[in-house]
Amino acid sequence: MATFLILAILALILGNIFLQGGTGLSPRFIFGNADKDMFDVASAGVWPMVFGTAARVILMTLFVIPVGVTTAIYLTEYAPALSPFTRIIRGAVNNLAGVPSIVFGLFGLGFFISAVGGTLDVFLYPDSPKPVWGKAALIWASLTLAVMTLPVVIVATEESLRAIPLGLREASLALGATKLQTVLRVVLPQALPGILTGGILAVSRAAGEVAPILFTGAAYYMASLPQSLTDQFMDLAYHVFVLSTQSPDIEKTRPILYGTVVVLLLLTFALNLVAILIRARVRRNLRRLA
Amino acid sequence: MKTLRACLLILASACLPGGSLLADITVRGSDTMVILAQKWAEVYMSQHPGIKIQVTGGGTGTGFAALQNQQTDLCNASRPIRPQEIANCIKAFGRRPREYRVALDGLSVYVNAANPINELTLAQLEQIFTGRLRNWKDLGGPDAPIILYSRENSSGTYEFFKEHVLQGKDFAAHAQTLQGTAQVLQAVSRETHGIGYGGAAYGVGAKHLHIKKDADSPAIEPSEETVVSGAYPIARSLFVYVNPALEKGDLAAYLKWIRSDAGQAVVKDVGYFPLPPDARAR
Amino acid sequence: MLVGATNSSLAQEYREIIPPEDFARVPPDRLRQYLGLTRQQFEQMDEETLKDLMSLRIEAKAQMPDDPDAELNTTEWRYLLGPHQWTGYDRPAYIWQPVSQIHKYNLLPLFIGSLKTTFVALLFAVPLAIAAALYVSQLAHPRAREWLKPGIELLSGIPSVVLGFFALIVMASFFQALFGYPSRLNAFVAGLALGLAVIPVVFSIAEDALTSVPRSYTEAALALGSTRWQAAWQIVLPAALPGVFAATVLGFGRAIGETMIVLMASGNASIVSWNLFDSTRTLTATIAAELAETVVGGHHYRVLFLLGALLFAVTFVANLVGDLVIHRLKGRLEGRR
Repeated sequence: MATFLILAILALILGNIFLQGGTGLSPRFIFGNADKDMFDVASAGVWPMVFGTAARVILMTLFVIPVGVTTAIYLTEYAPALSPFTRIIRGAVNNLAGVPSIVFGLFGLGFFISAVGGTLDVFLYPDSPKPVWGKAALIWASLTLAVMTLPVVIVATEESLRAIPLGLREASLALGATKLQTVLRVVLPQALPGILTGGILAVSRAAGEVAPILFTGAAYYMASLPQSLTDQFMDLAYHVFVLSTQSPDIEKTRPILYGTVVVLLLLTFALNLVAILIRARVRRNLRRLA
Repeated sequence: MKTLRACLLILASACLPGGSLLADITVRGSDTMVILAQKWAEVYMSQHPGIKIQVTGGGTGTGFAALQNQQTDLCNASRPIRPQEIANCIKAFGRRPREYRVALDGLSVYVNAANPINELTLAQLEQIFTGRLRNWKDLGGPDAPIILYSRENSSGTYEFFKEHVLQGKDFAAHAQTLQGTAQVLQAVSRETHGIGYGGAAYGVGAKHLHIKKDADSPAIEPSEETVVSGAYPIARSLFVYVNPALEKGDLAAYLKWIRSDAGQAVVKDVGYFPLPPDARAR
Repeated sequence: MLVGATNSSLAQEYREIIPPEDFARVPPDRLRQYLGLTRQQFEQMDEETLKDLMSLRIEAKAQMPDDPDAELNTTEWRYLLGPHQWTGYDRPAYIWQPVSQIHKYNLLPLFIGSLKTTFVALLFAVPLAIAAALYVSQLAHPRAREWLKPGIELLSGIPSVVLGFFALIVMASFFQALFGYPSRLNAFVAGLALGLAVIPVVFSIAEDALTSVPRSYTEAALALGSTRWQAAWQIVLPAALPGVFAATVLGFGRAIGETMIVLMASGNASIVSWNLFDSTRTLTATIAAELAETVVGGHHYRVLFLLGALLFAVTFVANLVGDLVIHRLKGRLEGRR
């Protein structure tokens, strides 16, 4: 019963959103610019927000995948399973996953913007009257999100690494490959789909987050797309927040609001779906291997 | 997979060539003014291609903090700067920020359209928003609790209302704080017993109360005439502050344009009140 | 830890006033300290600017409220946690009014707000999620399971800002019309929306724990003549009870840390009240709404970071407890202990 109640609520929410928002969806809306008037129902588009969201999650992937994957490889392939150090890392990863997103926002502001950005400014642009790095920017938002999604990538990668039969590694080692060669040439390629899943899950989680980017990069309005890493950006999820709380006339701009929500949902659902499909395929393959 | 990764890399590097350091002009501050500032930016940019203006809200307090931390070029403010804030700016960049009055605004008090009450005195407003009056029947309305809507404490509107209507007293704890004037308005239009305040530019869907200075004075409706003449009791100027060191070139031209006829026409479009010509000088 | 270094007392700051006319008479170092300048700043300023700063201090003092509370350093722990009889209030009260002539930073209203919304969320989400987990893991046809599980997990794919938007635009009016309570945005509405975000968390952990109960338990019960439902309810659920507990604790951690939903749907009034239909202000929403406007390094900024640290500590403990319990349970069920 409860299961169906939950599904019914889910259907109700999605139904409401898609019924009201689906009609307003058009190529013009998705690819249209918002530089004329972002609150004008007839002409406003969400392309700058789509672009901003895409830019921040792609950048985030570039940061999080290398770090996450190497950590996972270290944990599964190299680290002694029961040493206190490994346990501490594992515990830290687990806890990182449970830290509230707003705390990451605070961390991003305090560490990346004030500490790192501020220091960069002191050394690189001592004469600049205004900060270049020490302010909210695309790169800091992406880095903050990367820290937040690190556990997702680590856990997914670890899972796929562990699923690879030990025999494969032993065969490679027996043929004279070094440990590093084995990891890079034999284990890693097998684990790629898992890593990809982790990446996609991280992206879908990050795409919908607002709290971590509130102070680290999102802009209420920008006339042009972000041009560099130190620019701020407009963002789909943040735009949902802006439209539902700060638009000049909430009733009138409601079609834009619903449209934006639909675009955001389609994006995150599509990503989730891809991740689920890949994962299902990986599991099937593994079952066959085992 | 390799192709995918390559694509991502190319995409990322194509989109984001590092090094361009400037959105030419960044504007930050008052939420009340964010729509106005954005409209200014849109119109100005359409006339001056090649100049980029970036507008962020967050509240007047945010704007001053950003001005003093040198994170913005222009600071929109819906209240005058405080001595402490001036001092902070001097400490940060050695000079007083320059102040420009750019528009006038009346603060409206909204109630639901179904509410029989049409006018209140400033004293009554103070009692309502500090939580001393809690029921509409004390004001001659229906027997129902008064639902208060206030703004987030970063907003200049919040501070202005607190200073000029509440005489510096705290808002009642049960006042709900919302993120934008539009949200206050939406809440009041849906809540029969609600009352809220915000810029006169907003205001579709709710009733604007007429305000009396005290019990004996006439009830004044917020309108261009009453706000510009100063008859409406809860009116204010809107300001832009700038670090004088930055006021040159494009930035100076933009500031000048804001106070020109063209810029002031935008003020009217958005629903605030343009400065009378003699007030534009400073 | 973050607050200790600051003193928000207004009077303290302006106790001493040196008029600009005395400029020449005050030793430079003394003046520098008086104006709160670093050595470098001080050296770069000319006499004009320094005098300007001195007169600004006088202006600031003139604007200072004529209020005995101005003497207090409101960031001391007793004001952060305990009630105080502020000027203009009838009785000692817990007040969160950070932007005020006297900065009042009492954390209690925010704690209550967070607990209230979390309580509603858990009350709504946990029974539903556990029942769903029980059904999916024990009773559902395997093919149905393949559909139901991702279906529920789809809920976790909805960004929290979308749930907040839904609560604000649709649920708030609907429930007000239904129950007729006075305040449209309140802990109840926010809690329900929050519950939707908590369901997938509780569900997947509980489902995991229930699935890891060995099939032999169920089979034994069935062999003894119990129905599938009895076996699930009376055998499997008790065996996995610690897992259910852990799921609840982790759900708690998720709920108390969620930001956007409560920011948009709770009304954000910092009231001390246990009434679920009163509007309420949570720790997370306070940080999100106020941090952007604070002066970096000022007392308001630090208090908000303190809130963040407290939030971190609370979720840290919740996660730790949850993880430990699950580990133990799995160890036991897999017969390692």
